[in-house]
Amino acid sequence: MTVTLERPGPTPRTGPPAVEVKGVSKVFGRGDDAVVALDGVDLSVAPGEFVCLLGASGCGKSTLLNVVAGLDQPTTGTVDRSSSRPAVMFQESALLPWLTAGRNVELPLRLAGVGRGARRERARELLELVRLDGQAEKRPHELSGGMRQRVALARALAAATGLGGSGATEVQPGVLLMDEPFGALDAITRDFLQAELLRVWEATGTTILFVTHDVRESVRLAERVVLLSSRPGRVVREWGTGVDTDPEELHGDITTELREVISAHGR
Amino acid sequence: MAAEDRPVLTEDRESDGTLDVGRGLDALDTPTEHRAPWWKRFATSVVPPVVAVVLFIVVWQILWASAIWPEFKLPAPGAVFGEIGTQLVSGQALSIIWTSISRAVLGFLFAVIIGTPLGLLVATVPVVRAAIGPILSGLQSLPSVAWVPAAVLWFGLTDQTIYFVVLMGAVPSIANGLVSGIDQVPPLLPRVGHAMGASRAQSARLIMLPAALPGFLAGLKQGWAFSWRSLMAAELIATSPSLGFGLGAYLNYGQTQSEMEVVIAAIILILVVGIGVELLAFRPAERRILRARGLATGP
Repeated sequence: MTVTLERPGPTPRTGPPAVEVKGVSKVFGRGDDAVVALDGVDLSVAPGEFVCLLGASGCGKSTLLNVVAGLDQPTTGTVDRSSSRPAVMFQESALLPWLTAGRNVELPLRLAGVGRGARRERARELLELVRLDGQAEKRPHELSGGMRQRVALARALAAATGLGGSGATEVQPGVLLMDEPFGALDAITRDFLQAELLRVWEATGTTILFVTHDVRESVRLAERVVLLSSRPGRVVREWGTGVDTDPEELHGDITTELREVISAHGR
Repeated sequence: MAAEDRPVLTEDRESDGTLDVGRGLDALDTPTEHRAPWWKRFATSVVPPVVAVVLFIVVWQILWASAIWPEFKLPAPGAVFGEIGTQLVSGQALSIIWTSISRAVLGFLFAVIIGTPLGLLVATVPVVRAAIGPILSGLQSLPSVAWVPAAVLWFGLTDQTIYFVVLMGAVPSIANGLVSGIDQVPPLLPRVGHAMGASRAQSARLIMLPAALPGFLAGLKQGWAFSWRSLMAAELIATSPSLGFGLGAYLNYGQTQSEMEVVIAAIILILVVGIGVELLAFRPAERRILRARGLATGP
C-alpha cells in the first residue's frame, strides 16, 4: 500500500519561530575522552512546520532533540521555545503499564493540575483524533504496537496542547518532538502511522520536529528535511519538499548526500 | 491546513483506504487473552495440591500401619488430626493461633513502617546505598534466630524480645524488595515523566512508586514469610508464661511432654497459617497488580 500525499509548498508562516536553536554544541565527557556530539548547530522551526532531522547513527540527532526538549543542557548555545514545554515521543511508546490508555493520555494534564472532568473529556477527544475511540479503558498490554504508539501520540498532544482551544483562550498548537517514533514497527503499520501522523498534524497545526534515519520517511513526512553529519553533528544541508519537487528525485538526492556523509567517516 | 487544496475524490479514496488498513491492523495485531473456563482452572490449580496432600496422608497412614517406627516417633494421622480437632473444639486452638498471628501481623506492620522509608533511602541516595546496601543484603541471609540470645539479654523475656527478632527478620526483606523494585523501573518511564514536566514529588508518587510496586510486593511477601518464621523461632526458644501461649510455645510444650501428635499438630498449624495468609492476602494482591500490568501468566 502506498499513500501519496499531495501537499502545497511550504505556506508562509508568520510570527516568531516555535523553536530556535542557536550555535548549540554538546560535548560529553572531558579531556581526551571528550566526544563532541553537536557542533554549532543552528535550526529554526516555524510554528506549524513539520521538520525532519535526518542522519546516520551517532550524528547526535537524538541529543539535539533532547536539548530542544529541555531534557539535556547544551554545552554552549541557546534554545528558544515559544511554547512552554514541548512534548516528546520516543521509539518505545513508554506508556505507564498500570494505567489505562485514557489515564495515560490524561497524565500530562494531571501533572499540570487540570481537574478530573476536564482532563477526561480532553483524553476522550484526543483518543478519538488518533482513531482509538472506545479503547480508553484498555491497558497498554491489551493493545498492539501501532495502537500503543497512537496512545503515545495522543498523550504527547495532550502534553503539547493542554486542554486545546477551549473557551476564550486562543488555540495553543504546541511543539511535538519525535525521536524515531515508528522505528520499532513493522513496515505496513509504520506506513499507516505515517499517514495518521500527517492527518493529525494537519488537523491540529502542531509544530513537529521529527528525528529519523530513514530517508523515505523524511521525504514523505516533512516539509523540510535537515541533514546532520556525524561526530560532530553539524547541519550539512536542508531540502524543502514543496509541490514542484519530485519525491523520487529528492529521495535520490538526499540518499547520495547521506552516503557521502557516512563515507567520510570511513576514509 | 492542506486538506482544502486536495482533489476531494483522491482524499476520500485515500483516507478510506488508510482507515480500512488501520482498522484491519488494529483487529489483527491486538493481543487476545484466552481465559480458561472456571472448571478447567479449578482442575489445574486446586485439584493437584489436594491430590498431593491426600497421597501424603495415605503414605503416612501406610507407614504408621506397618509399625516400622514406634508410636511415639510416628503417630497415626488420625491421632494428630484428633489432637487438632480437640484443640479446635475447646477453642484452645483459636487462642493459640490468635496469639501468634496478632504478633506476626503487628511485627510485620512495624517492619513495613521501618523497611519502606529505609528502602526508599537506600534506593535513591547513592551514599546511603554504598554505606548500608551490602549490610542490608547480608542481613537477609542471617537467620533471625541468631538474634534471640542477644534480644533475651537486652529485653528479657518480654514481648519486645519477640518483636525485635521479627523486625530483624522482616525489615531487610521489605527494604531490599523496594530497592530492587525501584532499580528495575525502566529508565524511560522517569524520563517520560520529566519530559511531561513532573516535579520530583509527582514523579515519585505517580511514576516511580507504582512502577516499583511489583518488586515491593515481592519484598512484602518475603517479609511476611520471614516475620512468621522468625516469630516461630522466637516463640520456640523464648518461652515464658509472661509471653503468652502461641504456636511456638505449643510446639515447645509438645516436645517437653514428649507428645509427638502435639508436635506434628503444631507444625501443621504453623504451615496452615503460613499458606493461608499467602493464599488469602498476598496471592490476590499480586495477581491483581501483575494482571493490570499484563505480567501475570497462567490462570
